[in-house]
Amino acid sequence: MAILDCRNLKKSYGVKSALSNVNLSIEPGRIVGLLGPNGSGKSTLIKICTGLLTPSSGEALIDGMSPSPETKAVVSYLPENTYLNNWMKVSHMLSFFQDFYADFNVAKAKEMLKNLSIDEKDSLKSLSKGTKEKVQLILVMAREAKLYLLDEPIGGVDPAARDYILSTIIKNYNPDASVIISTHLIHDIEQVLDDVVFIKDGEISLSSTVDDLREKHGVSVDAHFREVFRC
Amino acid sequence: MTWNFTPDRPIYLQLQEQIKLAIISGLHPPGGKLPAVRELAEEASVNPNTVQRALTELERDGLVYANRTSGRFVTEETKVIEKTKSEMAMELVEAFLSKMASIGYDRKETAAMIANTRGKEVQDHGNS
Repeated sequence: MAILDCRNLKKSYGVKSALSNVNLSIEPGRIVGLLGPNGSGKSTLIKICTGLLTPSSGEALIDGMSPSPETKAVVSYLPENTYLNNWMKVSHMLSFFQDFYADFNVAKAKEMLKNLSIDEKDSLKSLSKGTKEKVQLILVMAREAKLYLLDEPIGGVDPAARDYILSTIIKNYNPDASVIISTHLIHDIEQVLDDVVFIKDGEISLSSTVDDLREKHGVSVDAHFREVFRC
Repeated sequence: MTWNFTPDRPIYLQLQEQIKLAIISGLHPPGGKLPAVRELAEEASVNPNTVQRALTELERDGLVYANRTSGRFVTEETKVIEKTKSEMAMELVEAFLSKMASIGYDRKETAAMIANTRGKEVQDHGNS
């Protein structure tokens, strides 16, 4: 069964349409890039899958269920903006996540913090924007979830940390779980992806495996994206 | 092993080629065990499913075989490896010849040039 199944999803903000007629099915064990220019509907789609937004019509099913407390227990979501409380320490966040999520693997989180030289005793207030993003991503990736929804996970971090994050995604690979990554930094993540979904003006304009796309067009996904979305 | 991927071709094909090269060159000897999918994926920073696909293709070529319980191994049939090696050599020669043709040397002239350099090399070798 598909881990994520979107059927005729539509979302309008007032008269403005953000998503129209989105049909998307994602099988377990896939790493999927959700690619599109600013304002194309990437975050809206992800927020509907998390249950933060309700669709105007259609439905998004996670593991066969509508967004609910049950799906939240199996979906690990990295929002575009961090929600970490500045007065807390990194260690507080670890216990916070342990309380919140039964699937949170604290040992894994501690190991990743160590690998990125982030001190648990540091208060979040003292961390740079990039480091805060790393902490947030570690918290999200340390869950043993079925579906990871990562909204721009690598935008704000330096290239070395980016590599570490990508290798974490590969290391974390689980044939029963899927990862959806929305980003503009296609070049950096292309070889980590199984599939790409192009989203344009709220509609899915292309859905393919990375290698099929390279085979068909003889260029990288990055180059193809630039062609499709030429301004 | 270092991995390089060009943007114009499928990644699984490039992985397949680079593993093939490692087998031909003896980096992975006949009968030797190949790293696990996950290890290869991490090392090359590519998707595990892509590695899986490359290895499946190599199995189809007969260069690699899978043992259900203990992983993947390079074939013990040196004939298969030799054949792959000469195929790859032919491809390289053809590519070289067409490049030479594009700058105006026909096969005969190219062959003469090669014979010439080879002579030099042997001589150099003899002097040292």
